[in-house]
Amino acid sequence: MSRLTLVIGGAIVLTAPAWVWNPYHLHTLIMAGIFAVLALSLNLLLGYTGQLSLGHAAFFGIGAYASALLSVKLEWSPWIGLLAAIVLPGLAGYIIGRLALKLRGAYFVLLTISFAGCVSLVSVNWMDLTNGPLGIPGVPPVEIALPGLPALSLRTKSAYYYLVLAAVVLAYLLCLALIRSRVGRALVALRENETLAASVGIDATHYLVLAAVASAAMAGFAGGLYAHYTRFVSPEVFLFTYTITMVIMVVAGGKGTLAGPVVGAVLFTVLPEALREFTSYQWQMLLYGVLLIAVLFFMPEGVVPALRAAGPALRRRWKAS
Amino acid sequence: MTLEARNLTVRFGGVTALAGVSFAVAPGTVTSLIGPNGAGKTTAFNVVTGFQRPTQGTVHHDGQAITGWRPHRIAARGLVRTFQKTSLFPGLTVRENVLTGLHLRGRVGVIAAVLSRARVRAEERQLGAEADRVIDFVGLGARRHEAATALSYGDQRRLELAVGLAARPRLLLLDEPASGMTASEKVAVATLIGRIRDEGITVFLVEHDMRLVMGISDRVLVLNYGRLIADGDPAAVQRDPDVIRAYLGAGAHAHA
Repeated sequence: MSRLTLVIGGAIVLTAPAWVWNPYHLHTLIMAGIFAVLALSLNLLLGYTGQLSLGHAAFFGIGAYASALLSVKLEWSPWIGLLAAIVLPGLAGYIIGRLALKLRGAYFVLLTISFAGCVSLVSVNWMDLTNGPLGIPGVPPVEIALPGLPALSLRTKSAYYYLVLAAVVLAYLLCLALIRSRVGRALVALRENETLAASVGIDATHYLVLAAVASAAMAGFAGGLYAHYTRFVSPEVFLFTYTITMVIMVVAGGKGTLAGPVVGAVLFTVLPEALREFTSYQWQMLLYGVLLIAVLFFMPEGVVPALRAAGPALRRRWKAS
Repeated sequence: MTLEARNLTVRFGGVTALAGVSFAVAPGTVTSLIGPNGAGKTTAFNVVTGFQRPTQGTVHHDGQAITGWRPHRIAARGLVRTFQKTSLFPGLTVRENVLTGLHLRGRVGVIAAVLSRARVRAEERQLGAEADRVIDFVGLGARRHEAATALSYGDQRRLELAVGLAARPRLLLLDEPASGMTASEKVAVATLIGRIRDEGITVFLVEHDMRLVMGISDRVLVLNYGRLIADGDPAAVQRDPDVIRAYLGAGAHAHA
């Protein structure tokens, strides 16, 4: 990507709250950001170590509940809640990673699905703690209190937009740092050929657990952000649809690329909403499905790898004409 | 002795792949393990490198018992293997393959990767130089940025050697490195194995091609039906009546 596109793109993203005057559109962008963090986290496992987690909504949900419960029931600062939304799902990721010691492929998928199922049941049935299907209302908004300044509440959508944007950038940089080092190569080695990886001294368990912890912690953080944004958490956060949406974003955006999940998240959050503007609900879902199939059919590697491959070819044609 | 296997037995259900095999590999040598198909050669390799737990017996490396250790730990001790069927990181380039093989030479962990850009950059520069050295050593210098799967079969096998060498082995175990190669490719591989030994790396080789084995080995071990039937220098093994029988069938020794 040229520097010019980067500057223009950055300017558009940074000024969005100023010119996106429709609050619903801004809400869509915030959700796109939360999904971008989720997709980035899933990509660490699916894209780099090659293991599909179909229980990712569980980490998202644990993060959301942890943050909501701490700030509602104990009235702790939402910032501590957000920290817990990283630590607790990270621990859950550690357990999943250890259990996955000998489980790969389909067995890993089943393990993660079962885990998500369990956690979801707990959220519905542990009435005393979670308030069951009624959920937890009144989750406080995040506040920024700098010494000497009045506390700034991120209650407005435009303020929250910047918090989510910062989270996306942070998650992206974290993935970038991991991938561009020896750690990232070890993760990719597990995806490419685990037997050969072991024979050159790569400890599969260590790196699988590491990827699971990082991925779960990141997904949990997205859950925390979601809780303090919608101000309400219910067992709905564990919906399988959330996991499927993350998988679609990663695969269609380009798994195993850094930009892919972000592009996928924005595309597949904005697209259904854009379709809603033009059509009825039935047509919206139908068109969404057709578009998804078209993307996967014409760009099987995902949007980002396809654009990357098309870039030089287009430039050549541009010069020739 | 750098590697010592004592009384190795491996049974798969009713099949005995190895039946009490003992052997040793001396440092600085090229030692070959030969035998007809199904003799147990690859099983012996799998046991030594931790991919297969023996039913009985022990493996020692420099006096340390390594029986039952997990493969990555054995690799960290300097016992590195290649595989009979071409085994690479297929989605990566030649250079990325070798960089991945260099894993044990790096030190950066998660914390350093996230917090210290400078350390990562320094390590990547150092590993990159090392990768280029290994790639040049096996003669793939001109192809370093190509996809591993775009290489010819012979070059892919060369790349396997490079990935193994990158892990800085003290003992390199090669499982049929020349299988399926043309005559000239085989000569090149034999030369390369000689150069690897000259670098001070002990080579333990499973190979079918007799000419290749006899040309480069200091010592030859012969397996048949899971038993060691001969052990000695190439010339002596070649004359051994048991070996001739195993390869050519009963009665063949009369013509040998």
